[in-house]
Amino acid sequence: MTLPNGWEMVVGLEVHTELKTKTKLFCGCANEFGSAPNSQVCPICLGLPGSMPVLNERAVELAMAIGFALNCTIQDSTFHRKNYFYPDMPKDYQVSQYDLPINARGYLDLPDGSRVSIERAHMEEDTGKTTHLGTSGRIHGADRSLVDYNRSGVPLVEIVSGPDIRNPQQARDYVAELRSILVAIGASDGRMEEGSLRVDANVSVHKPDTPFGTRCEIKNLNSLRSLTRAIEYEALRQIDVLEDGGSIRQETRHWDEDRGETSTLRVKEEAEDYRYFREPDLVDLAPDQAWKDRVLAGLPKLPARRRQDLEALLTNPTDAQRDGVTTVVDLNLDIYVEGVAQAQGDVALAVARAANELAANIEKLANLSVENFVATVAMEQSGQLSATQAKNVLSELLDQGGDPVSVAKAKGFEQLSTDSLSATVGELIVANPEEWQRFKDGDDKLAQFFIGLVMKATKGQANGKAVIAELQSRR
Amino acid sequence: MTEPLSRDDVAHVAKLARLRLTEDELVRYTEQLGKILVHAQDLSSLDLHGVAPTAHPFGLVNVVRSDEVRASLDPAPVLAQAPDVEDGRFAVPRIVGEAP
Ligand SMILES: [Zn+2]
Repeated sequence: MTLPNGWEMVVGLEVHTELKTKTKLFCGCANEFGSAPNSQVCPICLGLPGSMPVLNERAVELAMAIGFALNCTIQDSTFHRKNYFYPDMPKDYQVSQYDLPINARGYLDLPDGSRVSIERAHMEEDTGKTTHLGTSGRIHGADRSLVDYNRSGVPLVEIVSGPDIRNPQQARDYVAELRSILVAIGASDGRMEEGSLRVDANVSVHKPDTPFGTRCEIKNLNSLRSLTRAIEYEALRQIDVLEDGGSIRQETRHWDEDRGETSTLRVKEEAEDYRYFREPDLVDLAPDQAWKDRVLAGLPKLPARRRQDLEALLTNPTDAQRDGVTTVVDLNLDIYVEGVAQAQGDVALAVARAANELAANIEKLANLSVENFVATVAMEQSGQLSATQAKNVLSELLDQGGDPVSVAKAKGFEQLSTDSLSATVGELIVANPEEWQRFKDGDDKLAQFFIGLVMKATKGQANGKAVIAELQSRR
Repeated sequence: MTEPLSRDDVAHVAKLARLRLTEDELVRYTEQLGKILVHAQDLSSLDLHGVAPTAHPFGLVNVVRSDEVRASLDPAPVLAQAPDVEDGRFAVPRIVGEAP
C-alpha cells in the first residue's frame, strides 16, 4: 500500500509468545490451556504472602533458544516487579525483565530480503484471563469481570522489534516468519487465535527524512489479517488528524475487528508509574558458556534455511512454488518433499501435492507414510495416475491409510492403455477436423482443447503428457 | 535543603496503589517517607565508584527448578477466599479499560 501525500508509516511490533513448558514460570502448576477455571493455581501464582517463586529451567532454555534464533546476544539478566493495580494479576505486580533482558540486540531476516532489528526478547509471566460480562464480552459497558488465574504465571517471552517496519505486508511477513521460527524451535504452538501468540503494534507516521511521529500502541490483534488491517487503518487515521492540523497523543488503542477501526483505550501511563524495582525473591540469571552451548546445539535447522534447502531442489522455482515451499516448511512437511527428492522424483510435483493436499489434511498425516507419498507422486509423474486421480488417491490414503497401488486399483484407476488412448485421440480428431487442421498448422494452443476432450471422454483417466505425445506423433 | 518529595508525590503513589489517604495521612507520610529518602541520599554521598550494585546479600545465580508439574490447590478453598465467585471464577467489579 502507498500512503497519501508522501507520508510514511513507522511500525514496531511487540510479540508475546507463551512458552511450551509443562509448568508455569515460577511454580509447578501445569501450563495447560482449557482446564477448569482456577484449577491450576497455587500460593505462588496467586501471590499469597510468604510464597517464594523459583525459576523454570526449561523456560530459560526456550528463551535462550529464541535469542539464538533471532541472532541476539544472550546476556546476564535480572528480574523486576512491574507494579500495577489490576485484577488480572493477584499479586498486583508482574514479574518481568526490565533493564537487563536475557536477549538483546538481534535481527530477523524476512523472505523479501529486508531485515528487522530486534531490540530485546525478555522473559515475563503471563496474567490471568479476564472475561468481561455485560455487553457481549466487550470491555466497554461490562458490568463485572470474571478472573481465571490458570494463565497467571505462564511463561512468556516478549520480542520487541525496532521501528523498522514500513508497511502492513512487512509486518505480516515479520510475524509469519517469527511464528514459523517459534514453532520450529518448539518454543510455541504459534496459535494467534487462541492467544498463545499475541501481537501489539506501535504505529506512527512521518515524512521521510524527518523525525518519527508520536506513536500509538494498538492492541487486540488476534490474526495476521487483523494486524495488517489495523496498521493500515491507524496510519491513515493519524495522517487525517495531522493533515487537519491536529496532533497525535501517545496512547493505547484497541482494534475492533468487526468495525474495522481503532479507538482510545487509555492514555499511556509513564514508565515510572509502574514503579519497577528488582524482584527480591529471585536471583540473577547468568548462564555460563556450557549452558548456552547446550541450548545452541539443540537448536534445529531454522525455517529460512529449510526453505533454502528445499528451493535448491527445484530448478528456477516460480513464485507459486516458493509459496508452496513456505507452506511445506510452516507445516513441517519437509520430510515428504525430501523423500521424493531422495527417490529422484519430481520435486515440484511433490511441493504442489504437499502444500495443497497434505496441508489441507494436516491432522490425518499419521495415515500417510513418506514412502507412500513418494510412491503416489511417482505414479503421477510416470502418467500411471492423472493429476485428478493422484489427488483422489492421496485423499484416500490420508483418510484410511493403505498403499497407493492398492488404492488406485480399488478405485479403478487403471492406467489407460496406449492403444485405448490412441483410439480415443483418433476419434476426436475425426470429430473435430477444423481444430485438428489449426493444430497441424502450428497453433499449439489447440493441444489444450484436445486434452480437455480426451479427459472428458476418459473421465479424467488419461495423462496430459501422454495425450500431447499422441497428438504430436500424429501432427 | 529542598524537600525530598512533595505531598503531591505521595498522593500520586497512593493513587497508583489504590490507597485512599486523608489529608492528615498525606502530610504525615510525606514527612516519614521523606526521612527514608534522605537516608538513601546519605548513602549516595559515599564514594562507591567501582562497586557493583548488589541486589542480594548472597552471591547465588541461576537458581532454577526442573520443569515438572506439581499439584495445584483445590479450587474450592481458593475460591472461598474471593469476595464473590461466578462460574468458578473470581468476580470483580466492572473493569474500565484493559490491563496495562
Ligand atoms: Zn502456581
